[in-house]
Amino acid sequence: MFIKLIRRFPGIVSRLILGLGLWLSAPAVFADYALNFQKPVTPVAHRILELHNMILLICVIIFVLVFGVMFYSIFAHRKSRGYKPAKFHDNATLEVVWTVIPFLILVSMAIPSTATLLEMDDTSKSDLTIKITGYQWKWKYDYPDQDVSFFSTLATPRDQIENKAAKEQHYLLEVDNPIVIPVGKKVRFLVTANDVIHSWWVPQLGVKKDAIPGFINEFWTRADEAGTFRGQCAELCGKDHGFMPIVVNAVNPEDFTKWVAMQKDKAAAESASGAKTWSKDELLEKGKKAYAGTCAACHGVEGKGIPGVFPALDGSQIATGPVDEHIKTVLHGRATGKFGAQMPAFAAQLSDADAAAIITFERNALGNKTGDVVQPSQVKSLRK
Amino acid sequence: MSADHHAEHPTGISRWLFTTNHKDIGTLYLVFSFIMAIVGGVMSLVIRSELWQPGLQLVEPNFFNQMTTVHALVMIFGFAMPAFVGLANWMIPMMIGAPDMALPRMNNWSFWILPFAATLLILSLFMPGGGPAGGWTIYPPLSVQGGIGVDFTLLAIHMLGISSILGSINIIATVLNMRAPGMTLMKMPMFAWTWLITAFLLIAAMPVLAGAVTMLITDRHFGTHFFDAAGGGDPVLFQHVFWFFGHPEVYILVLPAFGVFSQIIPTFSRKPLFGYASMVYATASIAFLSFIVWAHHMYTVGMPMAGELFFMYSTMLIAVPTGVKIFNWVSTMWRGSMTFETPMLWALGGVFTFAVGGFSGLMLAITPADFQYQDTYFVVAHFHYVIFGATIYGLFAAIYYWLPKWTGHLYNETLGKWHFWLTTIGFNLTFFPQHFLGLAGMPRRIPDYALQFTEFNRWSTIGAFFTIISQLIFFYIAIRAMKGGAKATDQVWEGADGLEWTLSSPPPYHSFAVAPKVK
Repeated sequence: MFIKLIRRFPGIVSRLILGLGLWLSAPAVFADYALNFQKPVTPVAHRILELHNMILLICVIIFVLVFGVMFYSIFAHRKSRGYKPAKFHDNATLEVVWTVIPFLILVSMAIPSTATLLEMDDTSKSDLTIKITGYQWKWKYDYPDQDVSFFSTLATPRDQIENKAAKEQHYLLEVDNPIVIPVGKKVRFLVTANDVIHSWWVPQLGVKKDAIPGFINEFWTRADEAGTFRGQCAELCGKDHGFMPIVVNAVNPEDFTKWVAMQKDKAAAESASGAKTWSKDELLEKGKKAYAGTCAACHGVEGKGIPGVFPALDGSQIATGPVDEHIKTVLHGRATGKFGAQMPAFAAQLSDADAAAIITFERNALGNKTGDVVQPSQVKSLRK
Repeated sequence: MSADHHAEHPTGISRWLFTTNHKDIGTLYLVFSFIMAIVGGVMSLVIRSELWQPGLQLVEPNFFNQMTTVHALVMIFGFAMPAFVGLANWMIPMMIGAPDMALPRMNNWSFWILPFAATLLILSLFMPGGGPAGGWTIYPPLSVQGGIGVDFTLLAIHMLGISSILGSINIIATVLNMRAPGMTLMKMPMFAWTWLITAFLLIAAMPVLAGAVTMLITDRHFGTHFFDAAGGGDPVLFQHVFWFFGHPEVYILVLPAFGVFSQIIPTFSRKPLFGYASMVYATASIAFLSFIVWAHHMYTVGMPMAGELFFMYSTMLIAVPTGVKIFNWVSTMWRGSMTFETPMLWALGGVFTFAVGGFSGLMLAITPADFQYQDTYFVVAHFHYVIFGATIYGLFAAIYYWLPKWTGHLYNETLGKWHFWLTTIGFNLTFFPQHFLGLAGMPRRIPDYALQFTEFNRWSTIGAFFTIISQLIFFYIAIRAMKGGAKATDQVWEGADGLEWTLSSPPPYHSFAVAPKVK
């Protein structure tokens, strides 16, 4: 790794200079010294901010008092001022006082904390339920009652991340499909994960909950104003942990209803696309996009993988071997034991058309030239 | 007396390989720990360089994650813990009036495990797929992914744990059996007390970590499903087991430093330690509480309300004995006759920076607020204020305090003060802005960040380079003092009190050949 780093040194230097140039050219976006929480937009987030401010204030006051005494002593009781040392080394009364007073202060902190915690915990009487599933490295949102379901992935272009293009305002905090919630409604979230532990965090909503495979956690929120609220995965979940943001659009209830209808139309169009026969160019075009969103995180934009961790697709036995095996691998996953990570099953994440497009793309790009064209119907037949 | 003893023991490399002498082993521990500090320090510079600006500049995300993971493991298990075992080896026999440690051969072994474990850990970075990238907390299922480098790390953790347990057994045996006649437990120097308690913490906590690591290894290779939900296992179980080790570990790192502060502050205040007995009880209470607060690291995993409340209350309670300690130190200084030589600066600086970390710790204990702080840079700032601000400050305080005793030479006081002030500026520049980053919403362990976090990250990176470069002064001072300099007296410091100051500087090979009498 280090040797690789040294070998890449000239490249690194040029990228640093480029990056510096980009930084200097966009000073306005950078000048930001936020000192406290983002503006809260839910009742719980308000309570948390108040609690935080109160405890911080108490801590600062105690800190100033205690170290005020210490610094006074440092100033006054020094040998260079001829101060002669006293001999005392015990005082039972004092010891009791400074055990009991902090205890009482703690009790005064614990009471509002407990109240806030109880409020956060009450998920009853919700108006809407949304299920969140964490994947490496994207989020899936299901609205079981509305029959809406979609994935949400990072929308920031690769060029910005690699410092080849200027970064825009919401760099790394933008997604292709934001989650939409109605303003003023109590939304109950169920959160779990598909592979490793993630954590769903939107600071302005005042919620953070771990998404754990095999567990379903629960929390709720109620946005009191419309707006776009941004967050990130908070639990280290592997390579692209820093690249799976969360964007919540809080809209008024009428717009929410419209949005639901629109999502349904989109889903119908997607499922219809599975029935038709696609041309190779159509598949390649769709596949390139879907590959970038679903596969590139592990297998690399150019299909090179990461040696020892994620296999390369360029020339891989699966991507150049029998088509059916390739489809089954994508749909149902594969554990070869040769790599640290195992291929997860994508059957639930990809439509027939998406899977067909990705497989066609993988077999005709990334250095592979099998010429195979996979149709959605072929994927469908191998779904079991 | 020292001349004829010197003739008996080997010189050159075999002196260090086969030594059973507590001072040589203490030196080995300290030298080893500072080599690891350099390794871990370089890694922190890789991290901070990548975070200089948004975008991916220097390293790939996967390598970045390896850096954060291995930096933490190296600094905790390679630097902070061995450094304090080194101090214990050097000082405990001299402070309690013993000739050497109780179990000298085991002492040799417990040190010599370390270089091999460290090598294994560092080698993991060069394995196919790289080193561990799942954070030092090695949470499954993430840590079940990853290549053979993870196995190297898990085995290294096992070995480091064995070394710690052996070292602790030795310290307990020494303190309980080898005190000079008349030195009752309640007359022991605070450093011996804090280490005695720390050693018990280690013996209780390290096997728990070993259990968690073993279960991970069998999950990875032998088809078990302890932490695999798909096989009926429980990923959260690992976190409970890990933090049952992990929280006492925090006090393992910090209690010996408290012991150091309690030695140094009275010396330079020329006044006995205030509230000795309450210091002992406070240390013991912290140690006890450290075993019943572990789940405050896991408020967001979805515990039942009763659990959230219990762990919040018990964690808040730690503020009480911790406060007692700080109040006692301040009262020790009160109406003393203070001077501010380098060890005193480090001790006072350590109390101050630790208090910052202690208060942010109290804030983190508050469950509802923690939902915002959890896994952000606020946490990164907090634990660096505790581990660097208390443990490493305590380490430097101890080294400057006892270096004249060890080498027989006075170090350069002016340079020592420069080292303190530059480190203090650099350290606060690095970590104070991280509080704001965390509050504003920057998650930890990310190689790239949103634009609004740029400015404070920049301060932090400048601070990191500043801090690490400042440490060159320390190496210069320490090496110069080893080679020569003005002769130190036996007592070294005007206000120093304790058995170690009755020995010559440098002390004889076998510290107390004849047990001293303690009144």
